[in-house]
Amino acid sequence: MQAHLVATDIACRRGDRLLFRGLSLPGRSGDAYHITGANGIGKSSLIRILAGLLRPFAGTVEREGAMGLVDDRLALDANHSLGDALAFWQKLDGCTNPGRALEVLQLLPLMDVPVRYLSTGQKKRAALARLLNRRCPIWLLDEPLNGLDADAQKAFETLIALHCSGGGIAIVASHQPIALPSPRTIDLAGYAA
Amino acid sequence: MLYPFAVGPDAQLLARTGGGVIWVAALLAAILPLEKLVAGDLEAGMFDQLHLRGISEEMTMAVRLLAHWLAFAPLLLLATLPAAALLGLDGQTTRTVVLGLLAGTPGLAAVGLAVAALTASLRGGAALAGLMVIPLAVPILIFGAGSLARPDPEALLLTGAISLALCAVSPFAAGAAIKAAREG
Repeated sequence: MQAHLVATDIACRRGDRLLFRGLSLPGRSGDAYHITGANGIGKSSLIRILAGLLRPFAGTVEREGAMGLVDDRLALDANHSLGDALAFWQKLDGCTNPGRALEVLQLLPLMDVPVRYLSTGQKKRAALARLLNRRCPIWLLDEPLNGLDADAQKAFETLIALHCSGGGIAIVASHQPIALPSPRTIDLAGYAA
Repeated sequence: MLYPFAVGPDAQLLARTGGGVIWVAALLAAILPLEKLVAGDLEAGMFDQLHLRGISEEMTMAVRLLAHWLAFAPLLLLATLPAAALLGLDGQTTRTVVLGLLAGTPGLAAVGLAVAALTASLRGGAALAGLMVIPLAVPILIFGAGSLARPDPEALLLTGAISLALCAVSPFAAGAAIKAAREG
């Protein structure tokens, strides 16, 4: 799996506030980045810039390879059952064998439950299942551990390690400690404008 | 359909105003679903996930335009027939109304979609959307309902032309609105 995600000298402005500047992130196959910093410092904005959802105020982002995003927004139809809601994305992503990811994330017993009845942690696991089934080399994760219990956190850390050893890139914005394989930590406080 | 009950059984009045009333009903039917058309999915991050999969906002909005039209227009056309009977419209007028609605409803859907996308990220956007659609829908309403007053087909053709133009512009306008909402 060959992929890269290289951000060069990017700056981010929200409204009339410059959040950070001069940030470079040379993401190559197998890299894991942990983006840290206080609330409101621009972790989510950085993830969205890397995903191409937000234009950087300055600098460039080069990407090669498909990206998967998990943030606080679920993007699953709240009125459908979990199985149907995930099936929509599986069809788009051309995933023919979704069962493995659902098993690892212990979602199989929940497939008939409407998405709106799921707990915070269960919703997060559903979003992670969509990410796994997308089978994309670049993972952009915004606070992926929110709501996960200790077991699910461990399982997810293992999944990230597997992903990176398979040549994937994982970029995790999180204020919580997370075990990543040889992580490079980017503390946004160092780039604050 | 409530109109004849409210106005009373004056056949002449009903027949004269009936076509216009059906047109107003069409406009209302196009406005009602606007609240849920874009805002919910925008908030849920649906368009972000689609964007990551290389599906452009314009494409998403074009499909949504079709879905919005399918959700109200065929049912409205069906309901036109019993409404025409209740209003005592003759065959010729009923046919003009149905043809006019076929020509005009895509335009109403297009205006609705663009406005729904523009107001999706605003608080109280739905109320604003209703207000914004009405002036934009006036040309369709004038020519669509106007076709009832004239025997020639020009007004119908003009309604169709306005509709086509709006349908062509609307996905781009709505797509731009979704992108702008991300930056906000």
